[in-house]
Amino acid sequence: MTAAIDHDVILKLEDVSKVYSGTVAVKRANFEVRKGAVNVLVGENGAGKSTLMKIIAGVEQPTLGRILLEGEEVSFSSSGDAVNRGIGMVFQELNLFGNLTVAENIFATREITNRFRKIDSQEQERRAAEFLERLEAGIRPDMLVEDLRIGQQQLVEIAKAVSLDARILIMDEPTSALSAAEVEILFKVIADLKARGVAIVYISHRLEELIRIGDYITVLRDGRITGQEEMKNVGTQWIVRQMIGSDAKDFAKADGHVPGEEIFRAEDICLPRVTGGLAVDHVSLSLRAGEILGIYGLMGAGRSELFDCIMGRHGHATGTIFIGGKKVRERDTTRRIRRGLALIPEDRQREGLVSILSVASNLTLASLSRFVRLFHIRGAKENQAVTQMVRELAIKVADPAQEVSSLSGGNQQKVVIGKALLTGPKVLLMDEPSRGIDVGAKADVFRTMRKLSRDGLGILFATSDLDEVMALSERIAVMSNGKLTGMFDRAEATEAALVAASALGHGPVPLTENPRP
Amino acid sequence: MTDIPAKAAVASASNGSVLLTLMKARTFIALIAVLIFFSIAAPNFLSAANLILMSKHVALNAFLAMGMTFVIITGGIDLSVGSIVGLCGMVAGYLVLNGIDLQIGYTIYFNVLEIALITLAVGILIGAVNGLLITRLNVAPFIATLGVLYVARGLALLSSDGRTFPNLVGKLDLGTTGFGFLGAGRLLGLPVSIWILLVVALGAAYLAKYTPLGRHIFAVGGNERAARISGVRVNMVRMFVYMFSGFCAAIVGLIISSELMASHPATGESFELNAIAAAVLGGTSMSGGRGTIGGTIVGAFVIGILSDGLVMMGVSSFWQMVIKGLVIILAVVVDQAQRRLQSRVTLMQMAKAG
Repeated sequence: MTAAIDHDVILKLEDVSKVYSGTVAVKRANFEVRKGAVNVLVGENGAGKSTLMKIIAGVEQPTLGRILLEGEEVSFSSSGDAVNRGIGMVFQELNLFGNLTVAENIFATREITNRFRKIDSQEQERRAAEFLERLEAGIRPDMLVEDLRIGQQQLVEIAKAVSLDARILIMDEPTSALSAAEVEILFKVIADLKARGVAIVYISHRLEELIRIGDYITVLRDGRITGQEEMKNVGTQWIVRQMIGSDAKDFAKADGHVPGEEIFRAEDICLPRVTGGLAVDHVSLSLRAGEILGIYGLMGAGRSELFDCIMGRHGHATGTIFIGGKKVRERDTTRRIRRGLALIPEDRQREGLVSILSVASNLTLASLSRFVRLFHIRGAKENQAVTQMVRELAIKVADPAQEVSSLSGGNQQKVVIGKALLTGPKVLLMDEPSRGIDVGAKADVFRTMRKLSRDGLGILFATSDLDEVMALSERIAVMSNGKLTGMFDRAEATEAALVAASALGHGPVPLTENPRP
Repeated sequence: MTDIPAKAAVASASNGSVLLTLMKARTFIALIAVLIFFSIAAPNFLSAANLILMSKHVALNAFLAMGMTFVIITGGIDLSVGSIVGLCGMVAGYLVLNGIDLQIGYTIYFNVLEIALITLAVGILIGAVNGLLITRLNVAPFIATLGVLYVARGLALLSSDGRTFPNLVGKLDLGTTGFGFLGAGRLLGLPVSIWILLVVALGAAYLAKYTPLGRHIFAVGGNERAARISGVRVNMVRMFVYMFSGFCAAIVGLIISSELMASHPATGESFELNAIAAAVLGGTSMSGGRGTIGGTIVGAFVIGILSDGLVMMGVSSFWQMVIKGLVIILAVVVDQAQRRLQSRVTLMQMAKAG
């Protein structure tokens, strides 16, 4: 690999591994970051990109391996350490304090104070305004962060990282919630930083973006680095090959069964947002037995919120749902589960699993009443159901009495699916069912979805992965800004049409748009 | 450089498994240690009479600690149990002495069984108040039960104007005799309170292991959001644990007034702290989701034997407090060390395998 003279390696990772309980996120990675260049990192969901960056930013400590900063070995015990060494990061999940103002967020932990150690708010707001100016976002520094749109919050996060004056700036999917116009502004800022010699690490799964702004590219797959090249030497073909390897995605072929009668219908579902407006905006859709309906949309489009409404997790949601033509009057989750609804939540750790309980207890948690005589859990019957589910879903576990947190991400996901299936649902809601799991487990999950739809279940599944939604769904609904902005049959759906529908209502932000006076 | 810490870690991982087993059995080891220590250091410690006396002391704390265990497993805390002990004792004493005056010239006197049931109901009711404050009004468990601690204690003092209800023998013609049986009676050579402890402990352990409610208690403490999405009625589970804690406290209130044949409104002050200590010593995690009834009972025995043994050795009560505090801190330190070691061992194994 040849490097231009001015693109010196500033940071180097050697043989770095990171293990979480349940998953090996990064395996023996060697990664170089070059000055004055955009170092692109690419890989599928769950390939380990974010983990690798968190290690560089000091948020996570590597389990094995070492980090060299300008040839000198360093170890960061916290992100503060990394910031002191000139490493800044824009996180994928926003790390902002909603209850503080934009300026306070930008200067959090390095507040500007006067002689008496009192925070100088005016100076902070003046300086913050300078950074925000460059992002042309129309955000005032005295606004509360929780009152901003998610895209605007992302811009604040970027402004915060830029204000660090870092030598290395990591951006983890900075564009995932930005509109096209906002992306252009961000690219201008990046070009500017590059000219000043800042090393930028840029993570994204939007290939067109990467090819446009990247100088060096590194591809990750299943926690391993599978390719490292100068961007000018490679094309889309190469990137895709490195990303998915020989084992291309296995989506399990459609078997051509014909969906039956309508099994589920949602009418006029609305969910007010705390900050005003609607998180779910008059959404209606219907689903037939044996049908897989994909819901495509960007982060914050309201897909998860729609599922929450259907499950009865929000008391203040409005709208009606029908199962098998009968209106569902029950408003709480417990009784909706009994009516045949089941949710596989997006966030396994926070909402899917009780991580300190065993695999078996997690599997039967939602369906215990099936195994109970009077008030006694019949162990034999429970074990039988657990064994059967473990076999059916091919969950790799030595002993179901093991804690569920000891499993890999893919197997944990299968446990969550098994838990939902044991309740005997008629309608399955799956929120990003393939997020953060390895290729093999993904194929298993997709196969299971096919099989369930063949058995007559209605499946609603939300995803932000275009390939997935195109390959698996009979029909595709698109959501944007809480609204249903498109409904396509598989035959007529094109990627371009889906992307266009998912961007509706995400136009450039006019400078006059200020939600608070 | 890369290899050395890794190898060291692997070596410590194999040693770690022995260490881990020892750490897991720490409460038992502690129990055996205090037993051996005091049987050598304190004369008469191992006599049958002393062992029975000690287990009566331990039983009181064990009841409260069991209720506390369920509460802590759901991620809460119940500071009001000591006050419930006091108030329930006063309720029982009042009913034995005065009955209920119907204000129309008649007074109802209850027999001892009825009095016991009413007292238990009062304990459960106060637990329900705790539960309602926490589930319906969203008051943090610490604050809700702290408030109830003061209210219940105040009510206990008001019930007698701060005086003791003495001499709860009852009158034969009113059918209120026999209150002393709970505290002083024996069945097959063992005190009644021990038998009750046995029944309640077995019931609680059964509940924790073999009933949906028990499973739900752990699920709520382990991950409330996941439990909710799985259809667990989180509020009902919460209500139950506080009511059960109130029930356990009422039993203790009854036993103490029966033992003394008198009810004093200040009974049970700071009992909640001993109960928390026993639960924690027995491996219950304050962050919720972990704990066992068996562990808690062993924990209660460790604390009880420690304080009784120190008394028999003639150690000053001031030193006793210091020692008790150190034991509790040590227990939690070891607990944390065990968790860290355990996760490090598994992570290292996975890093090597992956």
